[in-house]
Amino acid sequence: MGASRRRMFLIALGFLAPALVLLAGLVLYPILYTVVRSFFSAEGGAFVGWDNYVTMFTNDSTFTAIRNNVIWVLVAPVACTVLGLLFAVLLEKIKWSTAFKLIIFMPMAISMLAAGVIFRGMFQESPNLGVVNAAAVAVNSAFGGGDAAYPGATPRGDSGLIDDSGILAGETAVTAGSEQNFPLVGLRADDVPTSAAQAEDAASAGADQITGTVWLDVVVGGDGTVGQIDDGKSGLPGIKIDAVAADGTIASTTKTDAAGRYVLDDLGKEAYRIALPASNFDEGYQGVSWLSSGLITAVIILSYIWIWAGFAMVMIASGLSAIDRSLQEAARMDGANEWKVFSRITAPLLSPVLIVVFVTLIINVLKIFDLVYVIPPGSSKPAANVIAVEMWTVSFGGGSNQGLGSALAILLLILVLPSMIINVRKFREERKS
Amino acid sequence: MSDLTIVRGKQTAAQKILAFFGKGFVNFLLVFVAIFWLVPSVGLFISSLRTVGDSASTGWWTVFTTPAQLTVDNYVNLLSNTAITGSFWNTIMIAVPTTVLVVVIGALAGYAFAWLQFPGRDWLLIVVIVLLAVPIQVALIPLARMFGALGIFGSVLSVILFHIAFGLPFAIFLLRNFFMQVPAELLEAARIDGASDWRIFVQVILPLGGPAIASLAIFQFLWTWNDMLVALIFTNSGSQPLTVAIQSQLRQFGSNIDVLSSGAFLSMIVPLIVFFAFQRYFVQALLAGSQK
Repeated sequence: MGASRRRMFLIALGFLAPALVLLAGLVLYPILYTVVRSFFSAEGGAFVGWDNYVTMFTNDSTFTAIRNNVIWVLVAPVACTVLGLLFAVLLEKIKWSTAFKLIIFMPMAISMLAAGVIFRGMFQESPNLGVVNAAAVAVNSAFGGGDAAYPGATPRGDSGLIDDSGILAGETAVTAGSEQNFPLVGLRADDVPTSAAQAEDAASAGADQITGTVWLDVVVGGDGTVGQIDDGKSGLPGIKIDAVAADGTIASTTKTDAAGRYVLDDLGKEAYRIALPASNFDEGYQGVSWLSSGLITAVIILSYIWIWAGFAMVMIASGLSAIDRSLQEAARMDGANEWKVFSRITAPLLSPVLIVVFVTLIINVLKIFDLVYVIPPGSSKPAANVIAVEMWTVSFGGGSNQGLGSALAILLLILVLPSMIINVRKFREERKS
Repeated sequence: MSDLTIVRGKQTAAQKILAFFGKGFVNFLLVFVAIFWLVPSVGLFISSLRTVGDSASTGWWTVFTTPAQLTVDNYVNLLSNTAITGSFWNTIMIAVPTTVLVVVIGALAGYAFAWLQFPGRDWLLIVVIVLLAVPIQVALIPLARMFGALGIFGSVLSVILFHIAFGLPFAIFLLRNFFMQVPAELLEAARIDGASDWRIFVQVILPLGGPAIASLAIFQFLWTWNDMLVALIFTNSGSQPLTVAIQSQLRQFGSNIDVLSSGAFLSMIVPLIVFFAFQRYFVQALLAGSQK
């Protein structure tokens, strides 16, 4: 009996040996080493007690990292789970559910590096390059926000106009009944809107009016006289024009028409400076600075959702398919509406799956590294910091403070402890049943 | 089933119209979501087919109006770039041995946990389950030191060892659960015939565990192929995989967009092929309880 038990033990050991050696040497020993190392100084020479842990919560950059991890844990798992649940429920109502699943789930297969490159490109600031800001600008101008924008326009020299910190104005004040023209240069040809027409002389001004024309004083091909409205010169429509009284109040305001003409009405006897406000010449609405410090974490979380919502969807969909449908049918026959069926029957039956998804995502989010390492440009890296990135930075990426690095690694380990306990509990319960 | 038809028959015309529009709305919404989910990958792919100059001045969506700007130049350049082709090869050299060894070592241990009696089995299994969620960060500093002392720091081998160690808990747990579902009568019959545990493992368990092993292999392969953090620390310029080679171009995002986009797409091709060919197994591995 003793001999056969020993034989059994040796056989088991034979099957287990490679795994045990690797786990003991490359996982268990390193955990102990890191715990001990976290109480030693940067180079490891001196015992420093809890210093590294104190530093972790007092140092600005580590504290930002911890704060961002809290934001991640609060937002990302909930967002992925809710989207996954929504997709999984709606999936059952369409015929092309397999295709939909593949599309949503596909990002799970690719590296976070590739996903990071993708999102960095999408959220670039220039609306000419980043698709998100391109869409934002398109939507903005579709809803009438698109004021005419003539970035870089300056007055033609010797035309009696000055550029006063972005405001273009006549050098001298004029009185009602006279004319003030604005020949402008320095515009990119593609900034002239398609609605622009041939520039034309303004109608002569009435007694309480000042009139004039704003035009691009350049003829394509090079002909024409400087400061004259020649054939081929384009009017600049939509430019805002103010008549400014001596005390600085705006007496009248209007916009140019397609031929660049304007008429300022209801003016008094005094002299007015005619001014084109600076808002005409800025870049117009250019979208949002997504990759700036303020929004960078939101963008990275979005990229995370793009990857992991598919995971939640697949897990929840398989949970749904395992549910006994007769309960739902019975409730429907009793006159329950879809929302009641979902909230009273489907959701409670799904809760075990939802918990598994949620816990998995929390563990995963705590350790997030690649996306945060890849997406932010240098200037917003400090604002995007998370614990795993900070751990890499201080111990390998130039910091070479492996004491603090070890403490950060142990912090991550402590943060996943609750989910370890949940895993062990679940295992024990399954054993019992 | 007949009850169901009767209920359907009682639907009023108004309900039918509502149901139809409800369905139409769901379809519309999900088409919208699907497009939303596709845009990022499509954008990257199109970007990889444009020159740096085009990418610096206009967005990728302009190809829909001027398709003439499409070119495969970036890929031609990429394939003649020895740093990239070398790193592609390194990625394979890391991912394939890791996958094979995790499956083999995990299957051996999984069999022991499922079908062999030995003292302390449950406690050992609990250790494995605890290790499932351990963040790799706790091992980075000590293993960098250890591999340095062993003289393998900076080699492909060091990355392989790291991934095997951290892949094993999941492998053991997954395979043990699957192997336990093999009917006990089959093993009993083999034992009565005088088969050793080794023969049972090779001739009964492995063939029946095929789908589980495939699930694990695909999961582990994608995990290792896509890793950046471990390779970032443990490899040098001669042994680095694709992910590390590509991230080094990130500092100048705009001027390196040609290498970044085509390189990122190159790194995606193998996982995408594996994913579309074997997604059933991949999903199975996730369902079997992923805590990684």
